[in-house]
Amino acid sequence: MGPRMAKVVEVNGPLVTIELADVRTGEQVRIGRLELMGEVIARHGEHALVQMYEPTESLRPGEPVEALGHPLSVELGPGLLGGIFDGVQRPLLEHAKQHGDFIPRGVHIPPLDRGKLWCFEPNPEFRIGMQIEDGAVLGTVQETPTIAHRILVPPGMGGELVELVSACDITVEAAVARVKQADGVIAELSLFHRWPVRSPRPYRSRDDAVAPLLTGQRILDTFFPLVKGGRAAVPGPFGAGKTIVQQQIARWADADIVIYVGCGERGNELVDILESFPKLTDPNTGRSLMERTLLVANTSNMPVVAREASIYVGVTLAEYYRDQGYDVVMVADSTSRWAEALREVAGRLGQMPVEEGYPAYLASRLAAFYERAGRVQTLAGGNGSITLIGAVSPPGGDFSEPVTSHTKEIVQTFWALSKELADARHYPAVDWVESFSGYVASCSGWWAEHVDPRWAEQRAAALEILAQAEELARIVNLVGPEALSPQQRWALQGVALFREGVLQQSALDPVDSYCSPQKQFALLDQMLSIYEHGLRLLEFGVPVQELLRLPLLAEAQRLKGSYSNDQLDELRSFAARVDGEFERLHSEYAQHAKAEP
Amino acid sequence: MSEKEYRLASAARNGLLYMRGVPDIALGDRVVVRDHSGRRRNGQVIRTSNELVLIQVLEGTDNLDLENTWVRFLDQPFEIALSPDILGRVFNGIGQPRDERPPLFSKLKRNVNGAPVNPAARAYPREFIQTGLSAVDGLNSLVRGQKLPIFSGSGLPHNRLAAQIVRQARLPGEESQFAVVFAAMGVSYSDARFFRETFADSGVLRNVTMFLNLANEPAIERLILPRAALTAAEYLAFDLDLHVLVVMTDMTHYAEALREVATAKGDVPARKGYPGYLYSDLAEIYERAGRIRGKPGSITMMPVVSMPSDDITHPIPDLTGYITEGQLVLSRTLNNLGIYPPLDIPPSLSRLMKDGIGKDHTREDHARVAGQIYASYARALEVRNLASIIGAEDLSETDRNFLDFADAFERRFVGQREDEERNIVETLNLAWELLSLLPPEALTRVGAADLDKYHRWHGTQAEQQ
Ligand SMILES: Nc1ncnc2c1ncn2[C@@H]1O[C@H](COP(=O)(O)OP(=O)(O)OP(=O)(O)O)[C@@H](O)[C@H]1O
Ligand SMILES: [Mg+2]
Repeated sequence: MGPRMAKVVEVNGPLVTIELADVRTGEQVRIGRLELMGEVIARHGEHALVQMYEPTESLRPGEPVEALGHPLSVELGPGLLGGIFDGVQRPLLEHAKQHGDFIPRGVHIPPLDRGKLWCFEPNPEFRIGMQIEDGAVLGTVQETPTIAHRILVPPGMGGELVELVSACDITVEAAVARVKQADGVIAELSLFHRWPVRSPRPYRSRDDAVAPLLTGQRILDTFFPLVKGGRAAVPGPFGAGKTIVQQQIARWADADIVIYVGCGERGNELVDILESFPKLTDPNTGRSLMERTLLVANTSNMPVVAREASIYVGVTLAEYYRDQGYDVVMVADSTSRWAEALREVAGRLGQMPVEEGYPAYLASRLAAFYERAGRVQTLAGGNGSITLIGAVSPPGGDFSEPVTSHTKEIVQTFWALSKELADARHYPAVDWVESFSGYVASCSGWWAEHVDPRWAEQRAAALEILAQAEELARIVNLVGPEALSPQQRWALQGVALFREGVLQQSALDPVDSYCSPQKQFALLDQMLSIYEHGLRLLEFGVPVQELLRLPLLAEAQRLKGSYSNDQLDELRSFAARVDGEFERLHSEYAQHAKAEP
Repeated sequence: MSEKEYRLASAARNGLLYMRGVPDIALGDRVVVRDHSGRRRNGQVIRTSNELVLIQVLEGTDNLDLENTWVRFLDQPFEIALSPDILGRVFNGIGQPRDERPPLFSKLKRNVNGAPVNPAARAYPREFIQTGLSAVDGLNSLVRGQKLPIFSGSGLPHNRLAAQIVRQARLPGEESQFAVVFAAMGVSYSDARFFRETFADSGVLRNVTMFLNLANEPAIERLILPRAALTAAEYLAFDLDLHVLVVMTDMTHYAEALREVATAKGDVPARKGYPGYLYSDLAEIYERAGRIRGKPGSITMMPVVSMPSDDITHPIPDLTGYITEGQLVLSRTLNNLGIYPPLDIPPSLSRLMKDGIGKDHTREDHARVAGQIYASYARALEVRNLASIIGAEDLSETDRNFLDFADAFERRFVGQREDEERNIVETLNLAWELLSLLPPEALTRVGAADLDKYHRWHGTQAEQQ
């Protein structure tokens, strides 16, 4: 349906009623003399209700409206990576260049730079006259030094290949292929196409292969792992560290592409990424991190309705790179703000709120969003994945509220952040009792093969010691530490070793910010070994005070920051020293015991 | 400008005026309402169609009839006039002078709602501001362009603290050069006077622009006030290149006014009767702090939020904490012990501290020593709790060290005089002096090199003898 004209009837905050029959829900409209962007969300007789992506101040009844004939769509093509786009994919860097520091209204700049030139390398296997399928790789454009951008036949556009060119210095709009469709029409394909954000992109099938998503964060990788194609949530009260967890993942995860969606959060957090990522290198490729990163930003002061759209814009971009055969990680900070945007619109529509003002469809919308994660066989025949990681910001830090509780049902990995840990500056403040991961069993194969066969066992042993902590702390609080047996007092020390030596990991520590899987295991193994050595000596009759005095305990807790990922040898020689030290204590006591039987 | 007056009000209640049959009115426009006695009130269009226009009346709808109420649509949004002369002036909530001096004449007028800063145009704030307060500078450092609220409660000295920060804030080694925008919403007359006198005494009054709405003045005006104040602050910072410190007190009164209007409009409440959009509304205000790439000025914001019943999970402090870049929380317990400033350390946080401190800004050990103090104080509080159950005598020697540490930390580090300014080196040295009450094995957040350089452990009592 082409563009049609209508007029404004009523303006009520971000909702505008227009008079226009024949418009579809979901259709994009431009409203008023300023041409503000909006989306039709409901129809009532001759009237349509529009939610606006831009502030409606100064809009009047009677102003003109244009319906654009298509739903909210994104442009997919080379030139996305390294960029920052708003919630409806307007390019913010270009915006700042053309319109200054504040965002004006009614400005429409195409997402992909129309002036930028690319080199297109056609798929050498394709011959004219061949039947080419939806989603097939027409050719490639080197988007960044590490990412070959595969130009795909847009779904629905497959057919007989009539022409395919090799061309350099072309813009995204240049035609590179012509395809004869089933109806005989010849379609021109360029370097980009559009896709409606609320429709998941098609793929061939789901794929069950598993590989862990390695983030370099010990409490995540070792204790509550996530897999490529998995779904995770990071709930926590304000200041508990959700954003830092997500930024750490964006920095260090072994993914090909990272899409960071700042949904209703702070502008400065996005600038932080824009300023720091170009200077950081990807530990896996050695290239600047910005080359694999794409930001979608609807900060908290930007219009609420575009916030709702930003999540879909982000995940559609993620699907597009997945379809090219890449492992994509998308972090969304915060899904609560997205849910609040839903609530806001539902409230103004007069829909019946069910819990805390949220509409009844909150749970199904959340589930549908997370359903877009997964590892798939792409239409082109390769493999790609989307890992979705959503922050959740529960009011008052109360996890029983609707967004947290629905999310918890949907995700497989749940990194619960605790205020107590954050208040003690124990970061990442992931609570090891509340958190869970459904991927432990599937990850243990990878760890056994690539790092150490004892991984699953050691991990479980550490968690068991940590689990005792609560109980012991309760006893201490009732009757004091003297009431504990030597073994129990040593277990408390064991907890301290794991907390400080393994779990605590500062994102700001240059040495410890990223921890390789090998170092993760070495630290875990070291703390367990100290603990077990101690237990044996206790059995042998060595007083627990003697053990608690050992200077190597504090040293062990500082290992993580003392030796880098490349200094595993130093970690090994520390381990040897530990063995020696306990050996010495053991023989001292053996003599002692002999001397006075 | 259409100067036509209408007398078509169909209803007036809860601060809202309903007008029937006034066509082509723009959303957000200003109106002037003239009542039966000739008194003028200010209003704003919050919903518009040719059938019905909804007006929010800032001075409320008490004592209005429908027959003798005249409404004039000014065909312009809420704007304030801006010029360098706003410094030293006092305005009401909508930017009209209340200091008995003539109104400001200037061609430059700006819409109080501003426009959102393009996140891609921001510059990340990283310049350390020394406030002279150890608990802030050492543990929760403020940087230029940060928004750092004070969470307080009734009877706690948030005003004194804010005033002390205004007096003392400067970059290390420089004279203070902050222009101050002071936004007071629903404060008492004596609080307003306290700030005025503080500014006068410290000789900064010439550099202060005040926006005042007192407790007995129209509540709805508070919805415009912080926006007017921030429009002024943006002008000072990004047109005149000044470093601006914005003190806003009390955001709780602001949010209550918002709730009042939301309830009158019938908006769906989320928590405690506050509308679901409270988060976005507060963010529109708080996100106006910051820095812009290529511009020398900055807006540093210090809102005061009083926590109803000292409850940090109440929607107003909670949503504020979700938007601002940390928070300074005041503690009733420390206040009762006579400790000033009574900063509750565990829940206090400065998120922008990480990039504003260290070798290039303060000292190389700063981040680690702050992390260590936090960790040690958390443990010390556990020990104190334990001591209250089992008695201090039964504590281990190390635990007793922690008890001493907690006391000394609260009294000597957190506590200081209201006129006392400690520079950052003094603060960090004091931190080490207190950490020296604890054995080195207990300090695993600092490096071995830090311990060598700064830690002066005198040994356990047994070792000393
Ligand atoms: N892994 C970490 N290492 C070091 N510091 C951390 C870490 N995680 C969090 N922090 C500290 O805690 C602060 C708050 O973290 P963050 O901004 O991630 O919280 P948040 O949960 O996203 O809060 P909000 O919901 O308000 O956005 C950070 O600014 C940083 O100082
Ligand atoms: Mg965050």
